[in-house]
Amino acid sequence: MSLDIDSLTVEYHTFAAKVKAVDRVSLSVNEGETIGLVGESGCGKSTLGLSILRLVPPPGKISSGKIILNGIDVVNCPESEIRRARGKLVGYIFQDPMTSLNPVKKIGTHFVEMIRTHEPKVTREEALKRGQDVLEQLGILPERIDDFPHQFSGGMRQRVMIGLALALNPSLVIADEPTTSLDVIVEAQIVEILKHLKESLKLTLILITHNIGIVAETADRVAVMYAGRMVELAETRELFDQPLHPYTQALLNSVPNITRKYQVLSWIPGAPPDLTSPPSGCLFHPRCPFAFDVCRREEPTLIKHKNSEVACHLYG
Amino acid sequence: MENILTVTNLTKYFPVEKGFLDRLLTSQKRYVHAVDDVSFSMNRGDILGLVGESGSGKSTTGRLCLKMIEPTSGKIVVDGVDLSGLCGDELKRFRRNMQLIFQDPTASLCPRIRVGDAVRHALSFQGIGTPSEQVERTREMLERVGLKPWGNFYDRYPHQLSGGQRQRVGIARALVSNPKFVVADEPIAMVDVSVRAQILELMIELKKEFHLTYIFVTHDLAMANYICTTIAIMYLGKIVEIGPKEKVFGSPLHPYTLALMSSIPIPDPKAKIDRIIPKGEIPSPINPPKGCRFHPRCPFSKAACSEKQPELVDAGEGHFVSCFSSRE
Repeated sequence: MSLDIDSLTVEYHTFAAKVKAVDRVSLSVNEGETIGLVGESGCGKSTLGLSILRLVPPPGKISSGKIILNGIDVVNCPESEIRRARGKLVGYIFQDPMTSLNPVKKIGTHFVEMIRTHEPKVTREEALKRGQDVLEQLGILPERIDDFPHQFSGGMRQRVMIGLALALNPSLVIADEPTTSLDVIVEAQIVEILKHLKESLKLTLILITHNIGIVAETADRVAVMYAGRMVELAETRELFDQPLHPYTQALLNSVPNITRKYQVLSWIPGAPPDLTSPPSGCLFHPRCPFAFDVCRREEPTLIKHKNSEVACHLYG
Repeated sequence: MENILTVTNLTKYFPVEKGFLDRLLTSQKRYVHAVDDVSFSMNRGDILGLVGESGSGKSTTGRLCLKMIEPTSGKIVVDGVDLSGLCGDELKRFRRNMQLIFQDPTASLCPRIRVGDAVRHALSFQGIGTPSEQVERTREMLERVGLKPWGNFYDRYPHQLSGGQRQRVGIARALVSNPKFVVADEPIAMVDVSVRAQILELMIELKKEFHLTYIFVTHDLAMANYICTTIAIMYLGKIVEIGPKEKVFGSPLHPYTLALMSSIPIPDPKAKIDRIIPKGEIPSPINPPKGCRFHPRCPFSKAACSEKQPELVDAGEGHFVSCFSSRE
C-alpha cells in the first residue's frame, strides 16, 4: 500500500466564486500507520478524503496536483481503473450510517453487490457467507444479514458500514467521522473496534474527525487542516506535547478534559474565513494572537521544524 | 440558599400509536416510559447537568420542567409556584421566568425573520415595555451576548450569521425577558469545536450577571464537568446517580456512570485507557427491563438486580445513587 498526495487542489465552482476547499495539500501515508485528519467543519478534511477515490461531488473538481495510489494516477486515470480501486483497494466508511445504506435493500444485498462487482466469479451464496463472517467479527449475529437497515440501531448500522468497507480486505481504509452521530458508549465500542482491526489486519487508516480525543487515542500522526490548507503535520505525541501552529494550540486548548480537575478553556476569536474571498497572507492571521506584518502579506508554506512540519511564519 | 425548582415523582409516558390491525387485535395500550418517577431540587445559582445517552429522557425532563409538555404525573414547583395549577394567561405570563435555549440554532430561528425581531418578539409576546423600550432592550441584549455593534446584526437574517453567532441569538432570545431559570438543551452540540468553549464561557458570565439557574441537558460529560455544579446521570427515564459534580465525577458509584466516564476519548495520547464498555445498546423504553433498568448490560449485576428496582440512596454529602452493588 502506498499513497502519495502531492500539492492537491480541489475547487468548488459556484455562481459567486471559485472556492478552494483543499489548497495545495501534500501528504504521504506510510504502510500500516493511522493518520488523523482534524479541523473544524468546512476546513476541507472530508473533501480531501473523497478526492483520494475521486469521489468529490460536483461542482467540486480536482483542479491540480497528483494523487498516486499504489501506482494508480487517481487524478487522470480512466473511470474504469478508479472504479476497480474503490472498495477493493480502499475501503471508505462514510460519515452518516443512517443515510449511507440503501433502505430498500437487505444488509446481505449490500454485501453481495459490493463483492460481486469486484469479483464476478463469486456466487451470491459465497458472498453472503463472506458478509456474515465479516459481521460476526464486528459483533453482529450472522442471521441478521437478512434484515433491512431500519431494523438496526445507529451503532449497528455503523458496524455494517465498517463491515462493508472491510469486505474486500482493502489495505487502506478511510473513515470519515465514523462516530459523529453516535452516543458516547457506542462511540467507545466503535473506537475499540477500529483499534482492534488496525492491529489484527495491519490496516492503514485515515481517520477524518473533529474529535480531538479520538485522534489522541488512535492516530500515529496527525494532520491539522485550516481553511483548506494543511497547517501542521506531526507525530501524535509530539503534537499534543508541543503544538507548534497557533491554530493547533488554540484547538487543543478549547477541548475539555474530564480527567483534569481544574481547567481553563480558551477559544479562537472570530470565525473561519469566507473562502469565496480569503484573507491575504496567512489564512489564519485575522484570528491569530501572534500575527505580525509578514503574516498579512505572505502565505507561509509547510516547513520542517524539529520533527514536525508547520506552516507558520513564527518558525523558520 | 433559595430553592428555585423542586421536581417530585415526575413521570411522563408517551402513548405509542398503533397500526390498524394492532388496534383490532389487542386492547392493551403501550407507552414509551420517557421519564419515570424522577425527583430532584435545585437552588438558585445551581447548574444542573442532565447527562445520558439518547433515549434516556434527559430532554423530556428539561421540557417538562418548563411545562412545554404536560406530565403524566408528578409535581413541578418553580420559584414557589406549582406549575400544574397554571394555565392560559397565567401560564403565559409565568413563562417569562423560565426559558429554553434550543439545540439547533439553525432550525430554531425562523429564516424569514430578522434576528433582532426574533429576539424582540420574546418581549412583545410577553407585553414587556413599549415597542421602543423593547427595541432598546433587544439592542442591549444583542451586544451583551457578543453581537456588537448591534447595528451590524439587528437587521440580518439567520442565514447571514455563522453557527456560533446564531446560537448567541438563541441565547439572547431566551434571556431578554429576564428569566430566573433557563433550560439549555444541548446548546453546543451543533456548534463547531473551537466555538464551543466560547459559548460555554458566555453562558457562565450571563449566569453570574443575571443570577440565573440552568438545567444543562447534554451527552458530553467533559462539557458537563466544565460547566455544571450538580450532575444527574439518567438512564432509561430514571436518575441513577445525582450529586455535586466533584462527587459524581470524582468518585462515581453507579456502574453506568463508570461506563460513561470510561467511554470518553481523552484528548491526551499519554492517558491510560481502561475501558468498561457495557454490551449492546440502550434497550427500548417501551418495555424497560424489570428490576434495575441497567441490569442486562451491567458487568456487576446480581440476582437481586433483576427482581427489585433499586431506590436512590444517600451516599453522603448530597451524593445519591440507585444501585444494589455500589453499597458493598
